[in-house]
Amino acid sequence: MVLNNIEKLLKKYENGETTIKEEQVLKNYFSSDTVAPHLEMYKPMFDYFLVNQQEQFTKDIPLNTKRIFNYKWISVAAVAVLMLGFYFSNSFNSDLGTYSESEKELAYNEVVKSLEMISSHFNKGTSTVGYLNEVNKGTSALGYLNEIDNTTSIIFKN
Amino acid sequence: MTQSEFLNIVMPFKDKVFRLAKRLLVSTEEAEDATQEVLLKLWNNKAKIAEYKNVEAFSMTMTKNFCFDKLKSKQAQNLKIVHSNYEDKQTALQKQVELNDSVSWVAKIIEDLPEQQKLIIQLRDIEEYDYDEIAKMLDMNNTAVRVNLSRARKTIREKLTNTHNYGIK
Repeated sequence: MVLNNIEKLLKKYENGETTIKEEQVLKNYFSSDTVAPHLEMYKPMFDYFLVNQQEQFTKDIPLNTKRIFNYKWISVAAVAVLMLGFYFSNSFNSDLGTYSESEKELAYNEVVKSLEMISSHFNKGTSTVGYLNEVNKGTSALGYLNEIDNTTSIIFKN
Repeated sequence: MTQSEFLNIVMPFKDKVFRLAKRLLVSTEEAEDATQEVLLKLWNNKAKIAEYKNVEAFSMTMTKNFCFDKLKSKQAQNLKIVHSNYEDKQTALQKQVELNDSVSWVAKIIEDLPEQQKLIIQLRDIEEYDYDEIAKMLDMNNTAVRVNLSRARKTIREKLTNTHNYGIK
């Protein structure tokens, strides 16, 4: 009687007409030890379904609650920096007014003197570097060595 | 939405997502990656979760699409590692053991099914969704799901009968 029922269910099952409950009945039947010999080939199929239901996802999910950086705040900071900059630069300029005319001229002369000294030293440096041209000449003369190489290679070929 | 709220929604079906990915991608590692990717996508769109009618069905569809994309990109790379050029006794032995193990036969048979049928077998026989849900997930109609399912089941049964009778008849 039970067997008859199972066979009917199997037919329905193959046609895709069984309900979940009926499939449950089939799964229960085939997971038991009393499977009729002529239906034994179905057993591994239902076993496989049952085994596969147990597989689990064990890796953890990296849910980082990253806060999205708000670019508005950058502009606010930039404006603040600019304002501070203007404020301080104005105050520095006003400091210049405390020097007298003669002091300013003295400072100017000092600066000119030191710049002149730098330029003169610099020129000396460049004139010594001029000798490097000689080196270039030397290397061009060495180029003739290639000719020797050519001839030697010809000799060795023979 | 806080993390724990999100996890409460996701926990019940994360294994199903993983098994579906594994059915399609075969390798466990790839399936794990795919599951992570799908869940992260959900998390990033958590503001919209309330709008979805059925988060579970939605994520299953997402998984299916993600896996198909992965498979396609793999084919596009045209890089297949086929190790048919070496042979040793160990693999032969292992194969023999496998042949005896009829449950793994089923795995192999299912692996050979067309993708659509693989999906449907997975969703119906392993995850036990009803036909309407499957139809929605796969964007098919109800009868098409049944037809595909019936074909898949018949193929599995035929192949199993063949292997079962092998050596007897």
